[in-house]
Amino acid sequence: MSTIAVEVVYRGIFQKTLARNIVRSIVFAARKEGKIGTAFGRYGDSPERNGIPAKQFAIVADTAEELEENLAVYEAHDVDVTINVDDTMSKGIESWAWYGLQPINQLTKPNGTLIVTSRQEAEDLIEDMHQRDEPYNLSIIPSVPSFSGLWVYKDDHTDARILGTLCKVCPDLVSLASMLEAMKDQGWSELKASSAEKAYDRGTQRPVEPGEGSTDTPFNFDLPGWKTMEEGLVIRAVPQGGGFRGGDEGFQPARSEVFKKYSTRSMRPVINFDTCTKCTLCWLQCPDTVFDVTPDGLYDANMEACCGCAVCEAVCPVPDCITMVNEAEFNDNNSQWEAWTKDKDGYQKWMTVLVDKAKLETRTHGFHHVGEYAEQGPQAEED
Amino acid sequence: MATTQPKLYESEKEELISGSEAIAIACALADVDVITAYPIRPYDTVMQYVSKLKADGAFDCDFIVAESEHSQFEIVKHASAVGARTFCGSSGVGWFYAFEAIAVTAGLRLPVVAMVGNRALDDPGAFGVEHNDAMAVRDLGWMLYWAATAQEALDTALLAWRVAEDPRVFLPFAISCDGSFLTHSQAIVNVPASDKVDQFLPSYDRGRLQLHPDNPITIAPQVNEDWLMEIRRQSDDAMRRTQGVIKEIHDEFKEVFGRGDPSPFIEEYMTEDADIVLVGMGTLAMPVRVAVRRLREQGKKVGFLRIKFFRPFATEEIQQALSKCKAIGVIDRDYSYGSPSYGGVLFNELRAAMYPMPQRPHMLNFIAGLGGREVLVRDVNHVVDMVQKAIDTGKIEEETTWIAVRE
Repeated sequence: MSTIAVEVVYRGIFQKTLARNIVRSIVFAARKEGKIGTAFGRYGDSPERNGIPAKQFAIVADTAEELEENLAVYEAHDVDVTINVDDTMSKGIESWAWYGLQPINQLTKPNGTLIVTSRQEAEDLIEDMHQRDEPYNLSIIPSVPSFSGLWVYKDDHTDARILGTLCKVCPDLVSLASMLEAMKDQGWSELKASSAEKAYDRGTQRPVEPGEGSTDTPFNFDLPGWKTMEEGLVIRAVPQGGGFRGGDEGFQPARSEVFKKYSTRSMRPVINFDTCTKCTLCWLQCPDTVFDVTPDGLYDANMEACCGCAVCEAVCPVPDCITMVNEAEFNDNNSQWEAWTKDKDGYQKWMTVLVDKAKLETRTHGFHHVGEYAEQGPQAEED
Repeated sequence: MATTQPKLYESEKEELISGSEAIAIACALADVDVITAYPIRPYDTVMQYVSKLKADGAFDCDFIVAESEHSQFEIVKHASAVGARTFCGSSGVGWFYAFEAIAVTAGLRLPVVAMVGNRALDDPGAFGVEHNDAMAVRDLGWMLYWAATAQEALDTALLAWRVAEDPRVFLPFAISCDGSFLTHSQAIVNVPASDKVDQFLPSYDRGRLQLHPDNPITIAPQVNEDWLMEIRRQSDDAMRRTQGVIKEIHDEFKEVFGRGDPSPFIEEYMTEDADIVLVGMGTLAMPVRVAVRRLREQGKKVGFLRIKFFRPFATEEIQQALSKCKAIGVIDRDYSYGSPSYGGVLFNELRAAMYPMPQRPHMLNFIAGLGGREVLVRDVNHVVDMVQKAIDTGKIEEETTWIAVRE
């Protein structure tokens, strides 16, 4: 008598097919063992938007009666395994389906497991993930997060490796043999099955103790009751904004304190203020009004508002003045302009390291790589 | 309009599909001739899957994406008149946009089968389930069914064409599927072999009513007051006949496919000796059945009655199922502003049905799950507590209570 729930947290559109492959395979494999299951995407996430964190679920039970409690819901209420297919979501997720930032490990049951595809070390990932009162386990699949598009799927075996690892870390769910059988039924290649087997053999877990992790408080929003809401479906506009950081000079638009959407970002712009010509293009073209105008007429990308679309990088006419860098490199949303103002040499050094790294590694989505799939080369292969 | 179709399923097969996908597969199994579409969530999951089946070469049909819901329903209406088996569907205000066509389809006795992916009516724009959209056809001569599972959606669709196209009926049939919970959730579904479906579902024969050059007729005339009463009475009689036809065809379905509930109209769950019977429709069944099982474990005599056919309303069966208990809690996933007791549509229908009974149980109404809000087991327990209170005190303080609404 048991019910096991798995969630896949993924980036909308880019990883939709990946998530679907994972949750469906779980239900198929469970079926091989005479169990019954359901697979579903969280309704509020769709229609999916590029990169916005979304979820799909697989829930498996021994009997139809046991499964029933998990039907007609949007989310599993807690999960045995959380699968995070883009490590930049470790910092928390704000989706299309709810208000506020949800820690990546929020639904993971005590002593459950969080599987993540990442090139980062466990310590770096745990630093990003919110602290909790109950212990859980972290299982890392060393790989570059797999991104593709709405109509195409990059079959880089990420799904197979995740499923292999899943069988290892959650042996009560399904056996590896059943999973391999389910893969075969779906027409997956022998090579893919061997990737699952390898991942199974290599799968490890590191316990994450209470107190480990980020101490940030996720932002939240209390929904009003029917007696306190304004009538007539009216939404008041946010004010226009004013001077930079509340001063008289520059300009900073007012922003919603409860809808920030920055967890959509898997890359962020890093700005070279020394070469900026103040041409205004980033400020004009940014679809999210991210750029604050500083008192000295520069443009500071506000990381509480940036979705990481890379339009600014594309429109900037100055070589390497704006460079999109993997979000995994950062641990805060602090102002780059303020850091540059305080210590220009230090900023240059910090920036140069990041820009050089960005040139070596590639994140394949967003405006940056629209319509193309950059070669990921050796990074995509297993160590 | 029989064409040679590739056999979709040589033998029975398990699929992991949503309720919408189940209905799309039913379209293929039923060899539907004309399917029209216009996208709106959550119904659009059906048209997506029909497109896929067609693109994959799994079946052939005239698949017409119209420029609006109104045209979408007009096209199937006309296609049905010339003898084509038809399917279409919509959701929320999209369904409302087609309403002129929806009304005349029933008036002309055309057996169109439609899927309504239940969705809250705008504004505000919301995708979640509310039953008010489909409910709006309740007075028009459409049969109206609420499915709870993807399996039931597939089975009901096959039944729908058979019933609607029966010459004793010739009325349109709408299958309601709760947005998200049924339209977007994948479950294991037993898809029958094509041969069995062929055995159960003969091709559509409109006979002397078929609009065809070889059978010169005019349909949809303009009339005065000297005609309409008789026309209405005729449709009323057809709707009265549906109950017998549905029962007969449902029995045949069970024989051919080897599955099906005892009654096509209602599902009775632990109602036999129940003091309290909860009533609801669609996927509400899931949390309610779980709650009922747990309350039974605690020795509480609670049962659940799921209304499957809202039209025709199986008055006698429902009266029988409800007359034995002490109190009834009706959970509406709909609302009727300004109605008796400011209650839901289902509640007021049931209360009307129970009025002639010699012994009338207490009846309480609960508005829950609007706009797709999850109805949880604890919400159902809350409902049961309030119904129990009415039994204990012999008094009903509030006839209508909103469940899990923020004050």
